[in-house]
Amino acid sequence: MKHPLTKTALAAAAFASFAVPSFAQDSIYVPLLTYRTGPFAGSGVHIANGMRDYLEMLNQRDGGIGGVKIVIEECETGYDTKKGVECYESVKGKNPVLIGPYSTGITLQVIPKAAVDKIPVLSMAYGLSASADGTNFPWVFNPPVTYWDGASVFIRHVIQAEKGDLKGKTIGLIHLDAPFGKEPIPVLEALAKEYGFTLKLYPVPAAQMQNQGSQWLAIRRDKVDWIYNQGWGAMNPTAVKEAVKNGFPIDKLVGVWWAGGDDDARAGEAGAKGYKTLNFHNTGADFPVMQDILKHVHEKGLSQAKKEQVGENLYNRGVYNSMLIAEAVRTAQKITGKKAVKGEDVRRGLEALNITEARLKELGMEGFANAVKVACDDHNGHNKVFVSQWDGTKYVKASEWMDPMKSIVRPLIEAEAKDYVSKDAGWPKRTEPCEKG
Amino acid sequence: MFYRESGQFKKTYAADMAVFPILQDRIGIAIILFVAAVIIPLFGSTFFISSVMIPFLVFSLAAMGLNIVTGYTGLISLGTGAFMGVGAFACYKLTTIFPNVNIIIWILASGFFSAAIGALFGLPSLRIKGFYLAVATLAAQFFLEWCFVRIPWLYNYSASGAIQVPQRTLFDLPITGANATPVTRYLVLLGIVVFLTWIASNILHGRIGRTFMAVRDMDIAAELMGIRLLPAKLMAFALSSFYCGVAGAVMMFLWYGGGEAADAFNIRQSFNILFMVIIGGLGSLIGCYFGAALLSAVPLILKFGFPAMGIAIGSQTAEHINHLFVGSLIIFFLIVEPHGLARLWQIMKQKLRTWPFPY
Repeated sequence: MKHPLTKTALAAAAFASFAVPSFAQDSIYVPLLTYRTGPFAGSGVHIANGMRDYLEMLNQRDGGIGGVKIVIEECETGYDTKKGVECYESVKGKNPVLIGPYSTGITLQVIPKAAVDKIPVLSMAYGLSASADGTNFPWVFNPPVTYWDGASVFIRHVIQAEKGDLKGKTIGLIHLDAPFGKEPIPVLEALAKEYGFTLKLYPVPAAQMQNQGSQWLAIRRDKVDWIYNQGWGAMNPTAVKEAVKNGFPIDKLVGVWWAGGDDDARAGEAGAKGYKTLNFHNTGADFPVMQDILKHVHEKGLSQAKKEQVGENLYNRGVYNSMLIAEAVRTAQKITGKKAVKGEDVRRGLEALNITEARLKELGMEGFANAVKVACDDHNGHNKVFVSQWDGTKYVKASEWMDPMKSIVRPLIEAEAKDYVSKDAGWPKRTEPCEKG
Repeated sequence: MFYRESGQFKKTYAADMAVFPILQDRIGIAIILFVAAVIIPLFGSTFFISSVMIPFLVFSLAAMGLNIVTGYTGLISLGTGAFMGVGAFACYKLTTIFPNVNIIIWILASGFFSAAIGALFGLPSLRIKGFYLAVATLAAQFFLEWCFVRIPWLYNYSASGAIQVPQRTLFDLPITGANATPVTRYLVLLGIVVFLTWIASNILHGRIGRTFMAVRDMDIAAELMGIRLLPAKLMAFALSSFYCGVAGAVMMFLWYGGGEAADAFNIRQSFNILFMVIIGGLGSLIGCYFGAALLSAVPLILKFGFPAMGIAIGSQTAEHINHLFVGSLIIFFLIVEPHGLARLWQIMKQKLRTWPFPY
């Protein structure tokens, strides 16, 4: 009886007092909040692999960023806010250069903490749209686009396809009945007024993601012309399947970038050919950067991904995310002249982020992504997006790079940011000086 | 040898009816309180306080709420998560409408809103029992969850649908919001939990608690003895929901610090707390603490503790082990010890009394 008790006590003591392991000064600590378990693991695994492999490739090929090794650490969130916050608490003492929550719920939790803990938050095209307002959210960044930009690009695409006339058309939004899913509604409502189409909403409760029969029945009844899908996880393959089953013209179903998993489209089998999704990076493994990942990471057996998954849409999204991280760190190194940068430096780096076409070519990403620019008051950039289309086996680029309707989105963002700040009496005023890009 | 009541004579009725009749128990409680209120804030790391102790206290409070209705009164409830949510939203609305009132008052007051909703959904308990009642409370869970998403008034029409916890102070010290340190949040939470445990202990050891237990053991017999079932059952639901509501409010305000509330109070939360009550011990206050400690600490030890001690374990493996572990624990306890950890604790105390010469 006594022996195991002492052991338990020892283990408990060790756990209670475990010292936060601090890393050597000459390294850059990048925690990756990922989810390889839980209901959303099907999407999360690919993103996690992509993020990890790009940073690992930099370590293997260049010895890190600017000669400083990157310490990569994954923390499992299961897409669960509570676990995500635990992860945040566990990594924040180890001097992370930035945090990428990879879930809107976790992002919302971390936003108020960022300014206090001096850790910048990079929520790449997810999270709180209003945080694009750098004046009120100096520590939060969500490049390259917000959900509101996405919805406006969708409408731009519809205008092109319908030859400029949306009068009398019905556009539906099928969305997850959660904060993330409801994001595009204000923009679509504003655009409906401007272009004279009718907007219909089809919310899908989170518990019923795989049962969309009634929504699609309603879509048929309402004779909807175009549908925008703001879904995530199991909701997307179900939506594609239902669209095929109900005979909805599949090339008029357009998903937000998170509804663009290869597995999402595969669910619709042959009928899914023509399914569209917005995107801000290309698919495929032909880019030099992808070849480098294959050569330096996969061939050395350092990746958890299968080789054929390299180039899939969500894998590439992970790579794109890590590219933003690495470029922010590099910019921070350039500004401060320091090698081992800290969170405060990387905040400046993110603010001055300016990835030009020439820089993309150097990175081996020519044609993979478009230029990204962030500014002091604009922490998003509202960069260009294109429509990609499922050709039966992979996504291919199906439109030009299109600008979001910034004139509509930006006022909404500023109003929303003001509203957010006004609700929090203790919200700190921005004291950080602006960074010139 | 050390844990023995010989020589401790009770000279008054009050001493005879005390909750902790043995001196050693009282010393033990004092030591635990001292450790919780002084040692942990002084020596615990930020991570330990914010990710281990705060969740543990929040879940203890929620488990206490569920235990009142399920463990003491024998009415199964699957709506715990939703009742917690009512508390959280009530507290949020109250503090945004009346920002100058101290947040601790609103945290405690939000329990009353939850109690009202709980009593409403407790009405069917007069007619239905067992599984049927479980389904009725499940309806409460779904309905309230739907309200949390669909009534924008509850989250003040914010586009993200999330609760924003504003900064509130106590004696000019921030206790909620991002600027509140984990230690202050922990101490406020500890105060609330200790106070409410004291109240619960008094209620459950008194007339009302005995009414609950009579209803649990046989409601017809209780009725014949003159206990009015309607007030008794509704009181149990209201009291239980009060505790759940306060637990929900402290969860949002002192632990999470805002966020997507509808997501935090889903059905999985209800089940999680039910498991805590089952494993900790139905019908026992200390069992609530045991259950919450086990189920909130084990995942953390697997995920962060083992890597910190040098045992490499991938975080997704830890997640899978955790699922296996909780599942097997529930089966184990249901078969071997249906009264949970609290019963094991009692057996251990009994053995200690006679140690080293058991008879």
